[in-house]
Amino acid sequence: MIFTFPHLGNTYIIAKSFLDDFGAEYVVPPLNSDKTLEVGLKYCAEAHCLPFKLFVGNMVQAYEMGADTMLITGGCGPCRLGYFGEMLKKQAQDIGINMDLITLEVPDQGLKELASRIRRVSGTSNVLNIARVINSAKNIAVRLDSLEHLAREKRAVQRVRGSVDKIYQGFQRDILNVKGSEQIEKLIKDIEIALNQVDVNMDLKPLRVGIVGEIFTTIEPYANFSVEKMLGEMGVMVTRPVTVSGWIINEMVKKRLPFLKDSKHEEAAKKYMPHMVGGHAQHTVGNSVLNALHGYDGVIHLYPLGCMPEIVSQAILPRIEEDYGIPIMTVIRDEMTGEAGFATRVEAFIDLLKKRRDEHLNEQSKMLYGN
Amino acid sequence: MKRVGIPKGLYYYKYSTLWEAFFRNLDADVIVSDTTNKKILTNGSNTCVSEACIPIKAYFGHVMELIGKVDYIFMPRFTSVAKKQYICPEVCGVTDMIRNSVKELPKIIDTEINLRESPKNSWHAALYTGEFLTGDRKKISSAYKEALNEYKSKRRALKFADTEFGATPEKNKLTIAIIGHSYTVYDTFLNMELTKKLNKYGADVVTLDMLDYLVSKDSCKELDKQFFWDYGTRAYGGAVQLIKSGRIDGILALTSFGCGVDSFVDELVENKIRKESDIPFMKLVLDEHSAEAGFLTRLEAFIDMIVRRRDNDFYISTSGKHLYNC
Repeated sequence: MIFTFPHLGNTYIIAKSFLDDFGAEYVVPPLNSDKTLEVGLKYCAEAHCLPFKLFVGNMVQAYEMGADTMLITGGCGPCRLGYFGEMLKKQAQDIGINMDLITLEVPDQGLKELASRIRRVSGTSNVLNIARVINSAKNIAVRLDSLEHLAREKRAVQRVRGSVDKIYQGFQRDILNVKGSEQIEKLIKDIEIALNQVDVNMDLKPLRVGIVGEIFTTIEPYANFSVEKMLGEMGVMVTRPVTVSGWIINEMVKKRLPFLKDSKHEEAAKKYMPHMVGGHAQHTVGNSVLNALHGYDGVIHLYPLGCMPEIVSQAILPRIEEDYGIPIMTVIRDEMTGEAGFATRVEAFIDLLKKRRDEHLNEQSKMLYGN
Repeated sequence: MKRVGIPKGLYYYKYSTLWEAFFRNLDADVIVSDTTNKKILTNGSNTCVSEACIPIKAYFGHVMELIGKVDYIFMPRFTSVAKKQYICPEVCGVTDMIRNSVKELPKIIDTEINLRESPKNSWHAALYTGEFLTGDRKKISSAYKEALNEYKSKRRALKFADTEFGATPEKNKLTIAIIGHSYTVYDTFLNMELTKKLNKYGADVVTLDMLDYLVSKDSCKELDKQFFWDYGTRAYGGAVQLIKSGRIDGILALTSFGCGVDSFVDELVENKIRKESDIPFMKLVLDEHSAEAGFLTRLEAFIDMIVRRRDNDFYISTSGKHLYNC
């Protein structure tokens, strides 16, 4: 069995550590690109959402590299993601490729089924061993997120433009050559040290912008035209509260233990959205409120066309904008979105935030900001 | 007497009897908004975010239609209507969407309807709703029971129609099934009177509500993973039943643009129908730009195709010959 997995930002590193530790064979599909999307579009109906199209693209590209089993995560919320596994299976049949799907979730059949699925990947039924591997994969996820966080912070205040990305790109190149969680962790540590040595200008007071929205579009650089990098190079400090490690810990491990769950965003969203509607809608609403309370300059809301939960939160955001006086911009991505158009909107938004901050400094808030 | 407004959209088309009877039994003045019309839809789409689907926009319009005319608006928050099932996220969140985008709303009765864990929650929902109008629990209980009985008998009547349909097949009569959410299939403005049009062509119409839900649920067991959308179970199971019945001449899938649930469900349904039967299948997509002429053309072509195929079977003329044996 040769495994593969779809791309979502840096999750391939987590999957790599997971499969390396089990000694499984796998291929990493090429990072998402126009080519991936093109392949996905060829086989998908127009109404499918962008993440699904890219997943299909990943699947086909991995198949061409020799993979025969794909690992994905699932769920059973009202969002479409929960049914990706089934749909990918069907899609593989339609395309005429042999691809087995293993969905890592707690299925209807119960925990036993999940255990047997994991056993298929691990090749061992030693519970201790499996638990150790899962734990170290989780640790990698946490480390990766803190690394991304560090890169975002340094990028906004770096003295020489591009110095952070030089290191960060080196990391993405080197990571494919190391094996196993221990080595991956070591590499991450090295990169952290290198990033900490980047020459920064601490006198700058960068604008602070929060990125909220659908998890795939906010995390996957291809889906958001590397918005974090784009903003960082404009000298903007970016925060993204929804992370892969947060998702793994909250949604997969702590789901059954509500008292351990991080529910700050739920509290903050209570006034606007008291119940969950699926996906990350409650995160979007809650984190926008939290960003406003923490004195952020603005919020960018991203989601792929047709994402049902985010449409609900989009309708609520203007009220938050009004209540807290924080500008929020919604950008919707689909396969027709051009990078230049996207960059123009982001730049205009940042200009507005800058102007707005200047006016506030002079204590004469005359700027109109729209919705 | 307190005036309770019910927007005529979304799940009204499923639970109208239950809701109206319940409020009437509680001595409330029930005001239902008009059937969707152009004004309602325009009002709705001007207020709603443009990305939402057309039934949601119409629902916005219905709520706005009721403002000023009522003391309460009954806008239940649907999470789930069956065990282990969910409703589409947009329908889940429509109450929040409206509350945060329409100003000066009357008091909202925002009962949460969540039967995912236990069907008993339906009584809790009734209690919560009733307490807006009266403090008398006994009254609420009897009002709920009566309304439920009325609703059940009406549903039974609908089921009865199922055993009737196509029982005595007439030569020229067709039976067309419509697969779609109740709020597009029964909203005559949104679907441009699809049922009436089909009747005019001499076709009987079967909708998903005429089919047995429990059989549908059972039919879905053939899937590796069960749908977590109530509609998915009904549509897929319904398609299986329709194929098995052997009395269906054509299947129409009615969906609204941007419907995420349909994007997956309809594809599986279409796959199933095409693989396991030769029933003609067509997908109709609705949005606020749908033009009636285009809609009609497609519908006519679909019916023509069915009729011709039935009359001539697979007799296809060779070049230069007439197709019809005239």
